[in-house]
Amino acid sequence: MSSSPDITTTLGSLELKNPVMTASGTFGYGLEFDSVIDLNQLGAIVVKGISLRPMPGNPPPRIVETPAGMLNAIGLANIGIESFLKDKLPWLKTLDTRIVVNIYGHSIDEYGELASALKDVDGVSAVEVNISCPNVDKGGLVFGKDPEMSARVTEAVVKNTNKPVIVKLTPNVSDITILAKAVEQAGAHCLSLINTLTGMAVDVEAGRPVLGNISGGLSGPAIKPVALHMVYQTARAVKIPVIGIGGILNTGDALEFLIAGASAVQIGTANFINPKATIEIIEGIRNYCIRKNIKCVGDIIGSINTDRNNA
Amino acid sequence: MQENPVKILSNRCVASDTFLLQLGSPELAASARPGQFLMVRVNDSIDPVLRRPFSVCGTEEGGIVKILYKVVGRGTKFLSDKKEGEFISVLGPLGKGFMTTDLPESSILVGGGIGIAPLMFLYRHLETSDSIFLTGFRTSDEIIDPASAGNNIEAVIATDDGSMGFSGRVTDLLIKKLELYNQGETGIYACGPLPMLKAVAGISVKYGIPCQVSMETFMACGLGVCQGCVIRAESTAVNRQYLHVCKEGPVFDINEIDWKNV
Repeated sequence: MSSSPDITTTLGSLELKNPVMTASGTFGYGLEFDSVIDLNQLGAIVVKGISLRPMPGNPPPRIVETPAGMLNAIGLANIGIESFLKDKLPWLKTLDTRIVVNIYGHSIDEYGELASALKDVDGVSAVEVNISCPNVDKGGLVFGKDPEMSARVTEAVVKNTNKPVIVKLTPNVSDITILAKAVEQAGAHCLSLINTLTGMAVDVEAGRPVLGNISGGLSGPAIKPVALHMVYQTARAVKIPVIGIGGILNTGDALEFLIAGASAVQIGTANFINPKATIEIIEGIRNYCIRKNIKCVGDIIGSINTDRNNA
Repeated sequence: MQENPVKILSNRCVASDTFLLQLGSPELAASARPGQFLMVRVNDSIDPVLRRPFSVCGTEEGGIVKILYKVVGRGTKFLSDKKEGEFISVLGPLGKGFMTTDLPESSILVGGGIGIAPLMFLYRHLETSDSIFLTGFRTSDEIIDPASAGNNIEAVIATDDGSMGFSGRVTDLLIKKLELYNQGETGIYACGPLPMLKAVAGISVKYGIPCQVSMETFMACGLGVCQGCVIRAESTAVNRQYLHVCKEGPVFDINEIDWKNV
């Protein structure tokens, strides 16, 4: 009988007990899933995106189902950093898992302020930066679509916190590796990708957009091949670790991302479909390692063999 | 609240496009309260990708929990094809149901179409009190008899086109009943299409009667994490502008909702 495989993974200085994290916005503040799964088994919990002040979010309808996916335009509704630290973090801290705080701002300064607010905060293992937001100082241009602005946001966060900084990239660009390299150079410790793909749906009876916000972000299994290719490209373009996100429903999906170069994965929309998905995937990765006689999950990360003559 | 594969005991057509699904789950039957709902995965594929929310229409001894649903799209069509003995994944019970403590002496339940489902469960719960159940449908072809899905439920029927029962909207019937009742000791409980609920809310305000409504929206998670299922709240506080139907509802007091903009 073989010994239990080592499924720990590292994201720079951040060590995870396994490569399975939850994706921001799909797992609330953890507590909501407490009666369904053992949260202590997770590699990390990434909490709902937090801003400096509470935000009400977009007018409804905010979600619509699409083939093998869903569009959302929640509008980053959240309770604000102060309330998060006071009301949510104390309970999260009691869990035996890593807590990653996802942050977003409307200006470079706001990102910096949020990073400062999380500096030295006990129980926060890392900061994930959502740069797929409009910059109010630049007429609403999305930070993450511009390499220079993405770099400046990254610098502002890295400068103001002592936590590992993960920057979450938007796929709504012509070449994601340009953004990835700019953010890496600006000091990011890790990248996570992809955020949702922009899309829309039309109500043909009413002749109107289905979503109150007109457009929304597409997630779910429909986007997995797109995400996988971007993760593959990015992992080859940068030296820092990459977290794969996008339509992962099961163990096979997660393994695809790991083999393509992701050091960890985030599970998003799958939490709505199967609230036990994360736990099943952790178990599935362990069983895969046993079956393939892999001693350490790190051995499969980026192990993809693209040489057709050397199969 | 839990997520488990649950055995289908029966799944039969009880009215036009309307099915009664009986599930074997002692845990759900013991814990579900009137007004709460279940998130059902209608198949194991990614078409459709999301679960579907259904309110519980009743429980029976022997660990049986019941859902009354209308086939309106792909998800409910898949569900209607499920056979006795198959298993489906059910998450629940979810949400805040009807408040059933400190009840007024008499109750009026007002259901429109498939909106009668959660009220059937409530009616059984209120059995000991003086309650009447008003149900409205567009025409006689669409009538769902609550007795077909549960025992001992007597409902007054209204049809918009007058093809059976009271001729007119169920809200007109509600006004008629209110004129007869001792209004100070009455509570109203409603579920149905949004225009009906708006009318019921207006009537209960006019007569000064407390009223709880069960709301329906698109839902992704049912757990309060995706924040997709909001409706506009009466409150204007920055983080209280919207109510989450899955977590703070689906049952609300009418005073919590911004009826002009809902």
